[in-house]
Amino acid sequence: MAEEHYLELSENPVQFEHASSVNNVFFDEANKQVFAVRSGGATGVVVKGPDDKSSVAFRMDDKGEVKCIKFSIGNKILAVQRTSKSVDFINFIPDYPHTEFTQECKTRNASILGFCWTSWNEIVFITDQGVEFYQVFPDKRNLKLLKSQSINVNWYQYCPETAVILLSTTVQGNVLQPLAFKNGNVSKMSKFEIELPVIPKPAKLSLSERDVAMATIYGQLYVMYLKHHSRTANSPGAEVVLYHLPREGPCKKSHVLKLNTTGKFALNIVDNLVVVHHQSSQTSLIFDIRLKEPDCSVNTQQPVLPARSIHPYRIPLSGSAVVPSQPPVPCQLYSSSWSVFQPDIIISASEGYLWYLQVKLPPTVKLLQDKGKLMDFLLRRRDCKMVILSVCSQILEGSEKAELPVVATVFDKLNQVYKDYLEAEQSYAAAVESGPSRGAATQKRPVRTQAVIDQSDMYTHVLSSFSERKGVSHKFIIAVLMEYIRSLNQYQITVQHYLYELVIKTLVQHNHFYMLHQFLQYHVLNDSKPLACLLLSLEGTYPPAHQLSLDMLKRLSTANDEIVEVLLSKQQVLGALRFIRSVGAHDNVSARKFLDAARQTGDQMLFYTVFRSFQQRNQRLRGSPAFNPGTF
Amino acid sequence: IALDTQPNGGGRMQEKQYTPCLLNFFIYNPTFGPREGEEEKKILFYHPSEVEKNEKIRNVGLCEAIVQFTRTFCPTKPAKSLHTQKNRQFFFEPEENFWIVMVVRNPMIEKPNKDGKPPTIEYQEEEILDTVYGAVVRQCYSMYKLFNGPFGRAMETGGVELLMQKLEKFFYRYLQTLHLQSCDLLDVFGGISFFPLDKMTYLKIQSFVNRVEESLSLIKYTAFLYNDQLIWSGLEQDDMRTLYKYLTTSLFPRHSEPEVRSNLLSVNFLSCFVLRFLTGPANLKDPEAKFRFPKIFVASEDGYEELHLIVYKAMSAAACFMINASVEVTREFCEQLDGLVGPQLTLLASDICEQFTINRRTSGPEKEPQFKFIYFNHMNLAEKSTIHMRKTASVCLTSVHPDLMKILGDINCDFARVDEDEEIIVKAMTDYWVVGKKSDQRELYVILNQKNANLIEVNEEVKRLCATQFNNIFFLD
Repeated sequence: MAEEHYLELSENPVQFEHASSVNNVFFDEANKQVFAVRSGGATGVVVKGPDDKSSVAFRMDDKGEVKCIKFSIGNKILAVQRTSKSVDFINFIPDYPHTEFTQECKTRNASILGFCWTSWNEIVFITDQGVEFYQVFPDKRNLKLLKSQSINVNWYQYCPETAVILLSTTVQGNVLQPLAFKNGNVSKMSKFEIELPVIPKPAKLSLSERDVAMATIYGQLYVMYLKHHSRTANSPGAEVVLYHLPREGPCKKSHVLKLNTTGKFALNIVDNLVVVHHQSSQTSLIFDIRLKEPDCSVNTQQPVLPARSIHPYRIPLSGSAVVPSQPPVPCQLYSSSWSVFQPDIIISASEGYLWYLQVKLPPTVKLLQDKGKLMDFLLRRRDCKMVILSVCSQILEGSEKAELPVVATVFDKLNQVYKDYLEAEQSYAAAVESGPSRGAATQKRPVRTQAVIDQSDMYTHVLSSFSERKGVSHKFIIAVLMEYIRSLNQYQITVQHYLYELVIKTLVQHNHFYMLHQFLQYHVLNDSKPLACLLLSLEGTYPPAHQLSLDMLKRLSTANDEIVEVLLSKQQVLGALRFIRSVGAHDNVSARKFLDAARQTGDQMLFYTVFRSFQQRNQRLRGSPAFNPGTF
Repeated sequence: IALDTQPNGGGRMQEKQYTPCLLNFFIYNPTFGPREGEEEKKILFYHPSEVEKNEKIRNVGLCEAIVQFTRTFCPTKPAKSLHTQKNRQFFFEPEENFWIVMVVRNPMIEKPNKDGKPPTIEYQEEEILDTVYGAVVRQCYSMYKLFNGPFGRAMETGGVELLMQKLEKFFYRYLQTLHLQSCDLLDVFGGISFFPLDKMTYLKIQSFVNRVEESLSLIKYTAFLYNDQLIWSGLEQDDMRTLYKYLTTSLFPRHSEPEVRSNLLSVNFLSCFVLRFLTGPANLKDPEAKFRFPKIFVASEDGYEELHLIVYKAMSAAACFMINASVEVTREFCEQLDGLVGPQLTLLASDICEQFTINRRTSGPEKEPQFKFIYFNHMNLAEKSTIHMRKTASVCLTSVHPDLMKILGDINCDFARVDEDEEIIVKAMTDYWVVGKKSDQRELYVILNQKNANLIEVNEEVKRLCATQFNNIFFLD
């Protein structure tokens, strides 16, 4: 069971002073910073970010209770909201005046719900009557209104990655208006309505901001709506409904994730997986929206894996000064004091910790029995390489050995990804070659993710050790190697020489020369000089390897010298001579080699014939039968 | 007796030509009856069986004497054949002290005489080749061994009586299928025709074979054929050579003949899609069906092993599955095999067929090959002939005159005498040229029919053939 926790909290959480009556804690999703504000800032504000660089500590005057506090991107300007009418700013740029300046919202009678930084100096105020988009001039200590938008707002959500603000509008709150901010511009994306489980009468705000989150999954922006189970409908449990928000075009309901239970939930996105925490059962579920159930237009999905709780976590006591006798205290998971933020953040304000949620891949291997599905799942994860390779080893050896069709499926899935990468790389190289004028600038160099498992990975981590493993039948080894080669061929990937070498080694070890012969006969093992040389070395144990090797050298058509060497070493001097003539290289070949070989045979007639042949050549080339000292 | 009458010219006289035929075939072991009066015990098999006992003893004794006598000249290589005016005898000792002797009557011409005198008979002593019939004798033994194991095996299990029974049972039928008149160079080679195939389809077949062998672990070896040509053999080369001969000259023709004879398109169409066991039960659903398969013997690390031979065919693809003979093949196993192999093999067969037609289309319209040639590679036993028509159960037809085939055989004998690479060009009667080339372990024989061609033109022509047909192998010009 211990190995089955596929979710864990990051080992090094961000620690901060826990919330208390004198210490208010704020979290900024854009910079992922935790603000601990003591006594309204008068006794200090401690900002902790994901790394030390983004951590700051400072003091500010206590001008009332802080409602919201956030740095602009890059910690340049601090914005603090203390009233519902205005936001205060403090410069954090060195050499700029540090005195605070204030901006009131322009709309009369509006109250500010919050604000979001969209760049180092652009900020959006969200009020109950609309949004106001400002540019901040820290040197002049004032702001300029860039754009404003009038609309009734119940609440809002912000996705910093895409700089999209989602506004809840209408009385019921279920009509959502996304706005995208970019370089001083606001663009209205298409508005959409979320279907409520029950339509309240009379109308009242029915969509809570707690049930809506925005996140990017596989590079696309989604709005996730936690649709609670309604007693009136016959749905067996709550659902997460995903709405896809394309940059352009209408928003579409794209996925329904079945939770099959009811209660309190929270959402995270980790490694493009949708994680749903369920508080009462203290477990989490994960969904991969790319795992297709292709039947219906709206993709209804079940969890990829059975529900498991997050891996137990122990809080190390007193930070660095660890007292060895005091064991770390187990942390209460799924605590009601937890706050969950997108994409992967869990904060326990009462304990003063910020964790990143992480997916552990090794436990998923056991939980997902269907190896094809497992591969699909793993290939889309970030740190997947070693796990995938270990799965490959696992299906080839030991008690979990899979059948060949399964092995083939796994290889095919790996090679599909490998092939896609090679193709992208190729078209990038072609674009670069065609010059900067055309397309090279627009095309980005393809990123090699961990999911690209090439032949050398397979060879080093899986195949070479597998083929040497005792107790594995050689029949199975050969079948697996051939299956891998088949898969590579199917995706038109050039097979590397070392794989052929492995096949040959295995066949030779078990005296399956005839099989090897047949493989070569059908050109299953691609021609290459190293392979031809390897065959030549087998001649002692398997004489036909000589012929196979010569044939291969001939087909390569770049190995004429090698052919001559082989023939001469066999004392086939005339054969060598006839060959060199047939390929038209007779004129510039060194006569010494041939004459040496002819003399070694002890056949005087042969020596004479060879000698005459070269004399005639000399005559033809230089008008004299004599040999040139240099070329001889 | 095979009779081949040819009206010769337009004359009044009718000459009759007789092709070579089998006179005797016997197997003996001189150690079984060394004492006088016990000579009959030496004889293990004698064809024709109705020959009088004393004549059998005399013939066997004569062979024994010849072999003994010639040994004095070369102890390691006893006589292989004896040429006489009327017939030729071939000696072969496959296992120590076991001798197989085949006596072939020479071809002859019967010329009628005037005035009611008995016709004159001319024996054509030089028309038949030692290599060809020597190979036939060896083939007889290999075939016996494939289905019965070596002679020594029968001796061990049931003594002379069992061996004699087995020989009688096997050769009684087998000798009837020998068609000595149509034996030629191909019998000397005993080659295997390989089906040309692209790499990907070949790998798919590999994958199929490996998967079947994995899920039906009883299967020890598999061979895969298409259109009577070999694609994959899990058996070693020598065993495959004999099995291939059996499949292509006996088993396959036996099963394809009804289709060939039928002129009804619909019947042909249906029969193409029938999946079936060519050995074992004709119909799996038949409750009376017997699940008995022929047993074969193949070489193994410790001597030989005995296997059941299951041949399963879908369209033009045939898969031979070999299973350890100590295991009983049950109905359940056959049904499992049928269920697993049937669909996959049908799919593969149509894949191969598709590939094959694509290749044919890209290599140009199907035209009568310009060259008549025979190619053979001693290393992998690959053989290719554009001279021979499709083999049937009864005869193997060639498209050239027997005289030319004889020249090919002669050239082959010349090649066998030396190790060096050689090339021989022969101008035959009429307008034919015959070219033989030997390069390393490969032999190529070409028959050209070009009016008034000279040696140089013939040589050029052969070069062109090599460049088009054999450009991917190392074949010296």
